[in-house]
Amino acid sequence: MLLIPCPYCGFPRPEIEFRHAGEAHLMRPEEPASDEAYAAFLYERENPKGIAAERWRHVHGCGRYFNALRDTVSDRILAVYKPGEVRPEVAS
Amino acid sequence: MHFSFLSLLRQAFANHEGWQPYWQQAAPKPFYDIVIVGAGGHGLSTAYYLASEFGMRNIAVVEKGWLGGGNTARNTTVIRSNYLWEESEAIYEHSLKLWESLSHVLNINVMYSPRGVMMLAHNHHDTMVLKRHVHANRLAGIDNEWLTPEEAKAFCPLLNIEQNIRYPVTGAALQRRGGVARHDAVAWGYARAAAALGVDIIENCPVTGIRRGADGAVMGVETGKGFIGAKRVGVVAAGHTSVLMEMAGVRMPIESFPLQALVSEPVKPMMPCVAMSNTIHAYMSQSDKGELVIGAGTDVYTSYSQAGGLHISQHTLEAICELFPATRRMKMLRNWGGIVDVTPDRSPIIGKTPVPGLFVNCGWGTGGFKATTGSGHVFAATLASGEPHPIAAPFSLDRFRTGRLIDEAAAAAVAH
Ligand SMILES: Cc1cc2nc3c(=O)[nH]c(=O)nc-3n(C[C@H](O)[C@H](O)[C@H](O)COP(=O)(O)OP(=O)(O)OC[C@H]3O[C@@H](n4cnc5c(N)ncnc54)[C@H](O)[C@@H]3O)c2cc1C
Ligand SMILES: [Zn+2]
Repeated sequence: MLLIPCPYCGFPRPEIEFRHAGEAHLMRPEEPASDEAYAAFLYERENPKGIAAERWRHVHGCGRYFNALRDTVSDRILAVYKPGEVRPEVAS
Repeated sequence: MHFSFLSLLRQAFANHEGWQPYWQQAAPKPFYDIVIVGAGGHGLSTAYYLASEFGMRNIAVVEKGWLGGGNTARNTTVIRSNYLWEESEAIYEHSLKLWESLSHVLNINVMYSPRGVMMLAHNHHDTMVLKRHVHANRLAGIDNEWLTPEEAKAFCPLLNIEQNIRYPVTGAALQRRGGVARHDAVAWGYARAAAALGVDIIENCPVTGIRRGADGAVMGVETGKGFIGAKRVGVVAAGHTSVLMEMAGVRMPIESFPLQALVSEPVKPMMPCVAMSNTIHAYMSQSDKGELVIGAGTDVYTSYSQAGGLHISQHTLEAICELFPATRRMKMLRNWGGIVDVTPDRSPIIGKTPVPGLFVNCGWGTGGFKATTGSGHVFAATLASGEPHPIAAPFSLDRFRTGRLIDEAAAAAVAH
């Protein structure tokens, strides 16, 4: 089970307090947009073997969304940050 | 070497010293007509059908580790064809038919055992969904029947059908032709048969790059053993599909999740069929060694760690203990994870990519073992001709642009 520090509530909390909400920083295409642009937005994912930027929601806490950087090989959480903040630089 | 009662007898008198390796370790040649990346069941069956049915001989299968060490070795081997949509029915039924004769065709005992796959319903929604499957399958001529809780218990006496439990059984859909097979024998059997037809199987050889020419078309693959040229490349890499396709600059509609399974200590035969519950992510069968084979759900986050969270398997075991009270005091021997490649509609992707000469067969997610046969067959046809086989055609990568999804996800979160 992951231990995830919520940037609003602090200190690491068990994964089951959270809901995973998919890849972070996906941008809805500007209208008018092509089918390709919508397919990319809706379905294509980076799915990296390495550092992933992903969204979590603290459903059994503050209820808010935030972003996390996690190494998908070790599953270690490397950083958490609030929506709208820039993705921090981290070494894996 | 042909396996027969006679060869067994001969070896018995010769101290079993004359058995030959199933396949030879091949060194890569500079150029192949077709290079397949990934020696799991799907990659190996693709190579076998290319050589046996589509007349291609200059083929290599390139594997980063050892043959059949990926999800092929880690899965719980449930085989069935009672999917909802016509496109799915076509490919899974094509696969099931190939299973029925596979031991003879490959001359190896793949231990395909059609002992019946029973999918449990626990509430009104499940009942409606499974009945819808039964009717859809009936229209397609695929066997699948509805059982009352009492009939389900008659078929699987271990099952608890008390209505006062947390997940009461409200009925079940049974496919009698469904069952299990021996995963290793499937991989080894395809490898042996393919190697006998001249296919090079190159193990311990990770693909590290996909080389493209000035026109964008594939020229071959960079590997740990040097560059290997190819006219066509087929990526069949399950959980690592996104990583490989990225090497060719293609972003995939795929996410990789850990999926877990467990086996118990071996006991005498007690479980006559496969019983599965999609609602509570638990299913169980018994291997010929006597171990109960139990499958769990995926983790909620993407990962390449090949180890799922303990709370996921705990949840599954709680459900198993309630549905099959006789298992409550059994010990679990092993627990492991595999990385499964999940698509948005939970259906596979088979066919062309935006890169000329590059083909992909992936997205089988939590349920591709059952399609090892048919997937390899239709992908071989696709690689040989360059155009999708009719059964593969609806499973194009392009469906995510056109919107013609084949949504098996709406019916069941897990589709083993
Ligand atoms: C726990 C678990 C239970 C499952 N239960 C069932 C079930 O009951 N029924 C069912 O139908 N399905 C089940 N599945 C799903 C099934 O296992 C897969 O869909 C199927 O095995 C995929 O076959 P494959 O040949 O594509 O994959 P794999 O066997 O994973 O083969 C892919 C190969 O590609 C290789 N590879 C990856 N990257 C590279 C590279 N860079 N270079 C070279 N080679 C590379 C890998 O090493 C691997 O050997 C289960 C899966 C898991 C994990
Ligand atoms: Zn919080």
